[in-house]
Formats: sequence, C-alpha cells, structure tokens
Amino acid sequence: MYEIVEGFLEAVRLIVTLDADVMGIAVRSIIISLTATILAGLIAVPLGAAIYFGTFPGRKSLINLIQTLYSLPTVVVGLLIFLLISRVGPFGFLRLLFTPTAMVIAQTVLVLPIMTGLTISALSGVDPVIRDTLRSLGATRLQFLVNVMKEARFALLAAVAIGFGRAISEVGAAILVGGNIMASSFASSTRVLTTAISLETSMGNISSSIALGIILLVIALAVNLVITTIQHR
Amino acid sequence: MIRRTLFAVAALMVALILICGCTGTTTDQPPAEKQQLRIATTTSLYDTKLLDHLTPIFEKQYNAEVLIVSAGTGKALEYGQRGDVDVMMVHDRAREDTFLADGYGADRRVFAYNYFVLVGPGSDPAGVANMTPEAAFTAIREKGMAGDANVIFVSRGDASGTHSKEQAIWKAAGFNYTTQIKGSGDWYREAGTGMGATLEMANEKEAYTLSDIGTYLAYKGNLDLVTIVDEGEILLNVYSAMQINQEKFPDINSTVAKDWVNFLISDDVQKEIASFGVDRYGQPLFYAAKDDWAKIGVTEAEVKDPVA
Repeated sequence: MYEIVEGFLEAVRLIVTLDADVMGIAVRSIIISLTATILAGLIAVPLGAAIYFGTFPGRKSLINLIQTLYSLPTVVVGLLIFLLISRVGPFGFLRLLFTPTAMVIAQTVLVLPIMTGLTISALSGVDPVIRDTLRSLGATRLQFLVNVMKEARFALLAAVAIGFGRAISEVGAAILVGGNIMASSFASSTRVLTTAISLETSMGNISSSIALGIILLVIALAVNLVITTIQHR
Repeated sequence: MIRRTLFAVAALMVALILICGCTGTTTDQPPAEKQQLRIATTTSLYDTKLLDHLTPIFEKQYNAEVLIVSAGTGKALEYGQRGDVDVMMVHDRAREDTFLADGYGADRRVFAYNYFVLVGPGSDPAGVANMTPEAAFTAIREKGMAGDANVIFVSRGDASGTHSKEQAIWKAAGFNYTTQIKGSGDWYREAGTGMGATLEMANEKEAYTLSDIGTYLAYKGNLDLVTIVDEGEILLNVYSAMQINQEKFPDINSTVAKDWVNFLISDDVQKEIASFGVDRYGQPLFYAAKDDWAKIGVTEAEVKDPVA
C-alpha cells in the first residue's frame, strides 16, 4: 500500500512539474495515435459511406466481416506489419521498422475496421424521414450524400473518437513495430505511454509507471467524455 | 451558434494537430550528415544503463544518432538475420558462432565480461548456498520435483543469452533440458521476458533465478533476493558486438556500425566500462575484456584489433 501512495505522490509531482521525459512520451503518444486516427478516418469514413450507400453483391457479408474485425488483436496487427516492413519483408526497402511511422501504420490498420463499421452504423442511424425528404425535394446524389453525412456528423465524430481511444491504449503493436526506443531526438524515439508503462513496471520504477498510467487514463477518459458529450446533444 | 463555434474549434484543433503530426514525423528528421545507428542489444546491457551511459559519448564524437532496441539475445539475433539492425550486442558464444558461420554477422569484437549468479530468497529453501552451480541446480530440481512448494525456479524462458547459459548448466548437471526440466513441474516457471522483469518476478515469488551480475546489482535496491551461488567456471558471461554482414544486406549502415564496434574496444571506453557502476554499487557491473582475453578464452585479436 505504502508503495502505491508513494508512487502516486511522485506521479503527481512528475505531472505537475511537467517532467520533460514524461511529457515527451505523452506528446509522442498523442501525435502518433492522432495521426493514425486521422489517416484511418480519411479512409474509413468514405469507405463506410461507399459500403452503406452502395449496392453490390456480398455487401452484407462485407459488413459482417468488418464487424468481426472490431476485435482484431493488436499483436496480430503488430506481427503482420512487422513482417511486411522488416528488411527481408516486401516493404523492407523503406526501412520503416522501429520508427514512429511504423507505429502510425500499425495503429491505422488496427482502427480501420472499427471506424469503418461505426461509420456504417452512424449512417444507418440517420432518420429515414430525412432521407425521404431529401429525395422528394429532388436532391442530387451529391447533395443527398452530403446532407445525410451532415445529419450523422456527431455519430461519425464518435466513431473517430472511439478509434483514437483504441489506438492510444494499445501496446502489442506499438512494441513489436516501434521497439520502445528512447533516442536523443524526439522524432526517432518510439517510446509511447503504453510501452513505457510496461518497461517502467518491469524495471520496478513504480512511480513513473503510475504517472504515465494517470496520463494515459486522463487522455482515454477525456476522449470518452467527448464521445458522451457528442452523443447527448 | 454555440454548436457551430464548437465545431470550428474542433476542426481547428484537428488541423493543428495534423500539422504537428506531419511535421513531427517528416521535417523533424535529423540533418543529413547525422547518421543513424540501429543496435539490437541484449537486455542486460540496457537494463544496467551501461548503454545509456555510453551512447551520448558516441553520439557526440561521431555525430550519430543511436537507436537501441532491447531484446533477449535470441530476438536480437533474429533482428540481425532479418537485417533490421546494423549492430548486435549479445552474449551467447555458441549462437554467435553459428550466426557468423551462416554469414549474417561480421567482425565480432569482445568488449566486456562478468559472471552469472544464482540468486534466490534469503531463506534459501533448497539449501544450496555456495554449492557449485551444477550441484545447486540439481538440488533445486530435486526439491522442486519432490513437491516442496517453497522451491521455485524462474527461468528467462525467452531464448536469451542468459536462458542459453541456464540450459548449459542443466546440461552440465546431467539433465536433458527439454524432457527433464522444461515443463517438468510447477517448480519450474518460464518468465518469457527480459532480465529485469524476471528478477522482479523471482522476487515476487520468492524463487531462484539465474541472472547476470550486472542486472542483479542494478536492481538490487528493489529486491529481497540475495546471491546464492556466484562461483564456478560455467558462470562466465562474455559480451560481444558485431556488425551485420554487408554482403547479405548491402544497405546496412556499416561505417557507423564499424565506428561503434571500434568505439567499444577503444582504451577510453574500456576504462568507462570497467568503472561503470562502481560509484553506485561499490563494485563494477562489467569487467573490460581488453587485457583479460586469455582468461575469458577468446583471441587477442577479438579484444584489441580495430575493425578495418
């Protein structure tokens, strides 16, 4: 118990004094996961819309497959990306392994299914009356699409936020393709909140672990708060 | 109106972060003349903070940036075979020899050595203090197999150099590792993780484990484990560094890799290695290999000749 209290106090000190190492790790986490979320969003929202509005054979099965991939294990994504970007892999020539870019790629792949699926759900949730109204008013295809998307914007934003929450809290892929590197320059380091927590805990630096844990928790809760605020509008 | 303002703010934030994200990952590259060196290192060199101590010196001297991935020797060798790193720092002579013979590695140099220790709870439930390593291992197994719940051995279980050494000791004690040790009972547990974490686990379970002395000393402050056996020829632990063979992977950064290996065996750094940790732990964590090549059974060339 004593250890936890002491760790907690030290954690508060690290956070309040904006300890450079801790802040660097937190900022890196946010940058990497946010970049991944935005990339995934740029792919998932149009893709989800295309699937939702589209009519093609196998559409139902595709939606089912996407929903199955919600529970894509993070280490499996990590392994897959590792094999692709490792030097002997097909994209080895890009020398991406153990870089923040590799982590962005892995996290993008990781959250793509959930964001695509939630986009489809968001569009399904739009009141049919609105769709009928749009059609009866003679909206062009593009106008129809834009207006339905606009109607679903809060649910779409929630989809993006959920993707971000999944990206920033995963550790499996981050450690496999990032390698938990702490280098002298910010851009070459790949240590993020989750990988740092597992390292610090294994090294017995409980206070640093707790500090990083609190920050991760705050970020995750803030994201959740955003989602609920949006959904209660 | 409020809604619209909120939206504008959110959009602005996203845009800002996008800009930050892009600049953070692209334009923030170190200047072209700064070379990146990727090292896969065994966990003990990392967990003891020896590399944290040496890399800034190297970075300044050679205008390079060192990226360190810490993994067990087995994983480090795997990274080397895939060409994902430029240099490996490992401690498993037999597997290094295979690695070199297969043409993956080149220019091995030995830069440090120390000893493995058997650590365990102060109560020493198996009563093996000061035995030979082989006898101690035998006694731990015997008590464990007999169902003495207090006798537990935690193995690294991750194909690391330490894990290799542990297997060598079992073998020297006359056991077949795969059939008689691994999975032979609840007394033998595999951690599957780095040295530091394994020590933490052994501490938590009041168990015995084999550790390199360096990591043990570095972690000693957080541990109740004590040294049980620290003498025996088999406990010698030799660290070496080698480049990944450029013939296999032409775009390996061999210049800076060569600089690193030569840096490790240079007189100044050998002194640094020998004195590292003395101020904190009252004894060195590593010994310099430079003058003790005969003692540790390697050739003189391997400790002294710079890589050409």
